[in-house]
Parts: sequence; C-alpha cells; structure tokens
Amino acid sequence: MSAVAADEGGNAPNQEQQHYDVAIIGAGMSGLAAGIRLAHFGKRVCLFERHNAIGGLNSFYSLGGRKYDVGLHAVTNFVRPGVKGTPLTKLLRQLRIDREEFALCEQRQSRVSFGPSGEHTLKFSNDLALLESEVAREFPAQIDGFRALVAAVRRYDDVSLDAPQVSAREIVGRHITDPLLTDMLFCPVMYYGSASAGDMDFGQFAIMFKALFFEGFARPLDGVRVILRVLLGKYRAAGGQRRMKCGVRKIICRGGRAAALLLDSGEEVTATHVLSSAGAPETFAMIENEAGGEGERGGADRRPGQALAASATPLARAGGHSFVETITVLEEQPDELGWGEDTIVFFNDSERFHYGCPEAQVDVRSGVICFPNNFAYPDGQNLSEGFVRLTCLANPQRWFGLPEERYRADKQRWFTEIEKSARRFLPPLGAGSLAERAVATDMFTPRTIHKYTGHANGAIYGSPEKIRSGRTPLANLYLCGTDQGFLGIIGAMLSGISMANFHILQGSRS
Amino acid sequence: MTKDECKQVVINIIADIAPDEDLSSLKPDLRLRDQLELDSMDFLDIVMELRKQHGIEVPEADYPQLASLDSCAEYLTPKFAALGK
Repeated sequence: MSAVAADEGGNAPNQEQQHYDVAIIGAGMSGLAAGIRLAHFGKRVCLFERHNAIGGLNSFYSLGGRKYDVGLHAVTNFVRPGVKGTPLTKLLRQLRIDREEFALCEQRQSRVSFGPSGEHTLKFSNDLALLESEVAREFPAQIDGFRALVAAVRRYDDVSLDAPQVSAREIVGRHITDPLLTDMLFCPVMYYGSASAGDMDFGQFAIMFKALFFEGFARPLDGVRVILRVLLGKYRAAGGQRRMKCGVRKIICRGGRAAALLLDSGEEVTATHVLSSAGAPETFAMIENEAGGEGERGGADRRPGQALAASATPLARAGGHSFVETITVLEEQPDELGWGEDTIVFFNDSERFHYGCPEAQVDVRSGVICFPNNFAYPDGQNLSEGFVRLTCLANPQRWFGLPEERYRADKQRWFTEIEKSARRFLPPLGAGSLAERAVATDMFTPRTIHKYTGHANGAIYGSPEKIRSGRTPLANLYLCGTDQGFLGIIGAMLSGISMANFHILQGSRS
Repeated sequence: MTKDECKQVVINIIADIAPDEDLSSLKPDLRLRDQLELDSMDFLDIVMELRKQHGIEVPEADYPQLASLDSCAEYLTPKFAALGK
C-alpha cells in the first residue's frame, strides 16, 4: 500500500527512510516547538503540514504586496529580562532560544471599556499595579476581593497535567461580587483564550489571567513571522525534517496503536510516536481501524474512524464559537489620527458580557480592537502603515456553506457593522467611515480559519474540554497544541514542549 | 577526568540550558536548586545533555545524586572514567 513520491524537499525517500521516531501532525507553534525538542535530543522527527506555510493558527500571509499576521494581536506572557519561572522563560530555556531573537517589544497600554459608549474603563499594562489601581478607582468596594482573587490565581498550579475542572465564575464569585467588574475581568480572559461559552475552567482562567495581567503583551516589530523564523531555524539546525503541503489523511490503527500514517500524497509512513496538533476531535476523526489485523475486536471496530471517534466524543467536542476579524490598513499611524496610544481595547456595550456562539453570524455587542502600531518599538521604529484589527464573536454554522456571492456580501456588511460598533469605544475622528481612509482591508471568518487550519468550526481555541495529559485512545498517539490546554502563542509552544518531554523524551531513554 | 573538570562539564551544560543564570559564584556544596532557578524541566535537560554530549546515562533513581556540584562530581567522575574519559 505504500507509495513512494518525491517530498517537498526534492528528496525521493526510499522505504527505509519512511520510518520516523516521531511524526508530528501540523507545523504550528506547538508542533514546531515539540519538533525542536525532539530533534535536539537526537530523535528522527518529521513535521507533516497540509498548508504551504508554517504557523497554523498563528501564521502569516501576503496580500496586495502587504504582509499580514493571521491572528496575532499580541504575544501574551511577556516578562522582562531577569524574571524567571514564567512560561516565556521556561520556553526560551527549553528551546535554547536567546530572548533577543524574539525581539519582543512591550505594549504601551490597554483597556477594558464597558457600557454603551465605554463609560466604565479599566486600564492595564504589563505592570499589574496599574490594573489594581484602576480597580480601586472604579470599584472601591471590590478592591480587597480583587486582591484575594489575584492571590488565588497566583497560588494556582497551572502546569499540573491532571488538575480537576472547576468553574471560574464560581471561584471568581467568591472574591468579587459586582457583576460589572466580574464581566470586565472575564472579557479579555475569554476573548484571548476561552473555548467554552459563558464560563470556563478555573485552570484556563488562571493561565490567561497570568498571561494577560501578571505578565503582559508584547510583539516583534515584524510580527509573528519573527517568531516562526526562529523556530524553523532551530528545528532545521537540530536536524528536523518537514513535509509541507502534505497533510496526514488517516491515522491507521492496529492493536490499539497508531501503526501508520496515510498522507495526502497517498504515501504511508510509520512512526514510533505520533504527536498531533490538529485538535482532539480532528485527530480522532483521522483514526481508522484497519481490518484484518490479528487481535482486532472484530466487526464494529472496522468501520473507518466511527467507533473511536464516537467513543471519544465526550472528551472532544469541537468548539462552538469562532471569530471574525477585520483588518484595515491606513496611511497614518493610529495615534496620529487621534486614537490615542491604546494597544488593545476590549469592549462590551451591554449590561452583561455575553461570550459564546451568537445567534446571528456575528455579535457586535462586544469585541477586541488591536493597534499593532501601539507597541514600544525601539529607536522610534514602527510599522510603515497604520493597522486596525477588530475582532468579534461569530457563529461558524452561519458562515459555512454560503454560496460565494452571499458570503462576500455578508463579509462586506459585517465589516461595516463591526467597525461602527468598535468605534464607539475609540475617540471620534470626525465624519466618514474608516473605509474611506483605508488603503487596504481584509477580513477573516470561521470559514477562512477552517480552510487554512482544518480546525473544526473554525474554532480558534479548540474544544471546550481540554485533554491536559495529551493522551488519546491510542497508546503512541498524543495531542499537543490548543486542545491540550495551554493557551496563547507561548502556551502553544509550551504545550508542544511538555508533551514531547512527558510522553517521548522522559519515557524513552534510547 | 578530574572532579573539577567534571564540575565544569555540569556548569557548561547549565550555562547552555539557562543562559540567564549567573553561574560565577556557585557554591559546590550547596544544592543547585537553592542557588539557581532550575525547575524539573531544567533538571531533565541536564540529564539529557549529559547523554547527548557525553554518552552518560543517569537513571531516574539517581537524579538526587545531581543535587549539588560536589555530588555531581562524586557521581559522574566514575562514569566518565568508565568511558575512558
């Protein structure tokens, strides 16, 4: 059954070369990071990526001569040099990366703005003291509770791989009684990482709360490609192989193990270990029990993928909500236009903050405004044009399956609605729509995300139920990335590192 | 390999793993963990780099032997000797 074809690197691999110590599905942040660790310690590793670019949910693209990041607003988890024991420093050590290589530049300042036109505001920066003073100013009766919440988050062991799930709303509610403050804290935390609607696991809340408020936002001047370039360089230097435009179509299961991978090219490769960053439901759907193997449990198991996928369902629902994002490119820098120095603005106009899958295609009541220009880039450098990114919650089902013309028209319509909604939370610029000032625009929808990453429902944050151990029903198949449960770019890389360490490097000493 | 050379091997590995740590005033008789910010991931890396760079195997049961530079030297020097180093 095995077909031999030329790989992307131009080598024609013979059958002998088709066995790897580790095959990694997906060349996103987690797959690359896992690959670096494994290759560094002598494993024969190959990354299989269906797309032609690396990065997965944090990739980049060119359009009309401009370079865009796919989804990056800011790298969270930023800490300054000398701060140790945080996700960023663990990651740098584990991947032997000098922090200068990422060239991270800190945010200026961000805020959460609530009310029909942003009457309630909490500013925050990479110094927790600012948020604390803002809470004391806006919610004087809640400041002790806020401090107690901060202490509870600080105590939480967020790297434990087997922590039980508890409601974040319930734990936050023990400390904070004002629903407005509760919602203002949940808004950024949920927008930057929650796969579940309304409430989230406290562990996930704690990871994001630390990433956003204890640590902070930063960005390389040239965006996500700087980080990807570093990762790819390390991976190559360590001897890692990759096959681009060559996804994994099926994981062939024999005797409870991932026995082989069937590639899009029709080739079959084998690996001692398989690490999948494709997402939990997406990975389970790839599993196919091969008939005829000795010791198979018989008929029911032979149906392609179904039995396993069904048995795994309670562990692996696809995320229900996704996002749309508009990108507007302007000639002027946002602060020169009069929009101030905010880096990120999280907004909500309603009495309560609703996070989850909207009824309509898009929910413009709340959202995120990001100005990639408003980071403290060194030596007065900045992006040569102004960028505004506006993100709102979206209903994936209402975007999938639309005829092309209708899809385009709907995108256009929501582009205007999202802009109108978000601008209520920014200083007014006078008459006229942004479109009149724009030199270029782009927009992604759940459909775009699904097309380029294969993530079910175009769900950026994956399944609401995370599988922290990374274990799957197959003994030598593990998950890393979004559905393993570490969040954000730094979290994604740490996920790949932890899973490579835990399942492969610690276990095998050969 | 002398015990001092053996300590230097360990110091070089730590410098590689944790370039943000100051290793200039490490006390050989104190636990590394008490002088440096090293977590379990870092200790795993010390073990793995010993294998990668020097072909030395440290079974998990022996990890406590790597607590301080002195104990590293006691434990590792015979292992280097056995490899003819």
